[in-house]
Amino acid sequence: MTAGRDPAAGRDPAADGRDPTTGVAGPAGRASPPAFSELLEDSAEDLYENAPCGYLSTDLDGRIARVNATLLRWLGYAREDLVGRRHFADLLTAGGRIYHETHFAPLLSMQGEVGGVALDLRASDGTRLPVLVTSAVKKSPAGEPLLIRTTIFDARDRRAYERELLRARQESDRERERLRVLVTTLQHSLLPHALPEVPGLEAAAYYHVASPDEVSGDFYDLFPLSRSRWGLFLGDVCGKGAPAAAATSLIRYTLRAAAAYDPAPGTALTTLNTVLNEQYERDGQSFCTAIFGLLVPDGDGFRLTFANGGHPEPLLLRADGTASYQAAPRGLLIGVLADTTYAATSVWLRPGDTLVLYTDGLTEARPGPGRGRYGDEALLAFARDLSPATATGTVAALAALLGKFSDGLTDDTAVLALSVPAAAPRQDGPSTTPAGPEQDPSQA
Amino acid sequence: MGAIDVTRRNNVVVTGRADGPVVMLANGFGCDQTMWRLVVPGLARDFRVVLFDHVGSGRSDVSAWQAGRYATLDGYADDILQICRELELERVIFVGHSVSAMMGVLAAIAEPDRFSKLILIGPSPSYIDSPGYRGGFSRADIDELLTSLDSNYLGWSAAMAPVIMGNPDRPELGQELANSFCRADPQIAQAFARTTFLSDNRSDLARVAVPTLVLQCSSDAIAPPEVGEFVRAQIPGARLVTLPATGHCPHLSAPDVTLAAIASFAGGPPQ
Repeated sequence: MTAGRDPAAGRDPAADGRDPTTGVAGPAGRASPPAFSELLEDSAEDLYENAPCGYLSTDLDGRIARVNATLLRWLGYAREDLVGRRHFADLLTAGGRIYHETHFAPLLSMQGEVGGVALDLRASDGTRLPVLVTSAVKKSPAGEPLLIRTTIFDARDRRAYERELLRARQESDRERERLRVLVTTLQHSLLPHALPEVPGLEAAAYYHVASPDEVSGDFYDLFPLSRSRWGLFLGDVCGKGAPAAAATSLIRYTLRAAAAYDPAPGTALTTLNTVLNEQYERDGQSFCTAIFGLLVPDGDGFRLTFANGGHPEPLLLRADGTASYQAAPRGLLIGVLADTTYAATSVWLRPGDTLVLYTDGLTEARPGPGRGRYGDEALLAFARDLSPATATGTVAALAALLGKFSDGLTDDTAVLALSVPAAAPRQDGPSTTPAGPEQDPSQA
Repeated sequence: MGAIDVTRRNNVVVTGRADGPVVMLANGFGCDQTMWRLVVPGLARDFRVVLFDHVGSGRSDVSAWQAGRYATLDGYADDILQICRELELERVIFVGHSVSAMMGVLAAIAEPDRFSKLILIGPSPSYIDSPGYRGGFSRADIDELLTSLDSNYLGWSAAMAPVIMGNPDRPELGQELANSFCRADPQIAQAFARTTFLSDNRSDLARVAVPTLVLQCSSDAIAPPEVGEFVRAQIPGARLVTLPATGHCPHLSAPDVTLAAIASFAGGPPQ
């Protein structure tokens, strides 16, 4: 690139007799063989004056000492308008001047050079010229700063292109916001607005949204079936986005309708399995996991009869401070095989007991970089620390736990907890009753 | 409140004579505390020098930035007071450059006993012209600046953000970056520019009850001489010294005279 070195050999072009203290000749001039420039048609002086970019030399305060013909032509100034009279910052628009004073000049002073800064120059007729500016401080051999050299490139095309990029980004920001609102609204429509009052029971739920721009298929509900019976379910549709949202909607209404017809939990899941198989035979199958439960008052607490279609086992936090997973005959994933049936089991909730249903976003979370999944064991240990608890307290503790997972939580998570408020101290027998498998009592 | 690690949030650096009077240096809109590097060694001989970065600038904790808190200069002034409380600084000589001058004014009004002196370098209580007042800029000028900030992020990219904003795990990364002193998240820079250039603190000046020195540059494109004179006239008992310095940053362009002016007022008798 010898030709590239040559422009620096330019020395004392005739047009610049005014200010001999700020000649622009660089050290490269000495290194360049004098004969070499003569071999080229282009003279260094002409290259300086008519380079395809603007050149400007100023003193350290920014006062213009030299300027090339290209920049004068771009701005419509005569040399004597600028040299010795104007500062570089005077050529900028007002906004650009602030930027120059607050960013460009300090950086140049601290680093000795600044490159590729976008500024607008103001031409003599008032028009604006978008440019890219690079400046470097020329120093004496002793390291003393002497003057500032500036190169200016016409950036009209580039700036127009950047404006397009900016416009596209603003548009994409707007679209993203629209999508977020849509997703939030859709997600809310798939969850109950509020849990119903169940006399003698405390119920609490929490839904953690992992991604603000995608609907996920976690769902839950708690609803009255009669004066003394309540249905509940919690589950997770495989997949995300619009298909998962459509499936979730179908699942919710199917379970509500099935329960109204026959509230036996095994039957509700069996019906859902049939519907999912039929509905998705054409469009590709959709699966879900779910627990369906029937809640009936029983003595000083409740009996929950539930069936499990491939879903993580619920956790029971007992009044005595213990905690354990509640096994039920765990049926297949719902929607896989047409002839699957689901059986139910019962668990008793006594004063001070809390039952927790959750989706696997909780146990599949990876709490730290490079760490394994949170897992069933950790959740059980967490529940043991927490027990005895209340539905509200448990949901709050799990919400805080999910909050701590932050980036490690990639899937949405739903939590539904039910507790029977601890009784005032009474001699009422043991508060723990072992949960035994039973036939579906709802048929009685 | 107690949970905030103010020192980390504002990248507070303390240097100089441990038992000397406290000089707190606050840089303005644009770059970071590196701006003071030419005057710090001189001040450090006699003073305990406290440096910091505004939240969102330099090596501050960018995650502590909140749009609401920093939408007015009061949020920044409160940060200054929090640093003073955290470090138990008393009789602080506050040196504020550019917009930080007004932050110092607000902090000194809020807790006058905390400060013994104010030194305001290139202050402007209002950048925008209004009837009977010349700040130097029109609203359109400021809007244009905000637009130009959008295209000028000096090499900012989201991927480099942790490096620029201080990465405790890999400090070596931040050292060699060009322009790093003035890099900022474009959105935060926009918001800071808005707060800086659209604030109007003219009516606050009369409430300053701390001895004040205004340092004015002889030629300053951002804070013209008449603005410095306005500040001097409004603050009771304030003095003005015009430095033979060009530009808005005399601590960079004329560090010796700037240092001398700061040290002489700071080390002078408590007025």
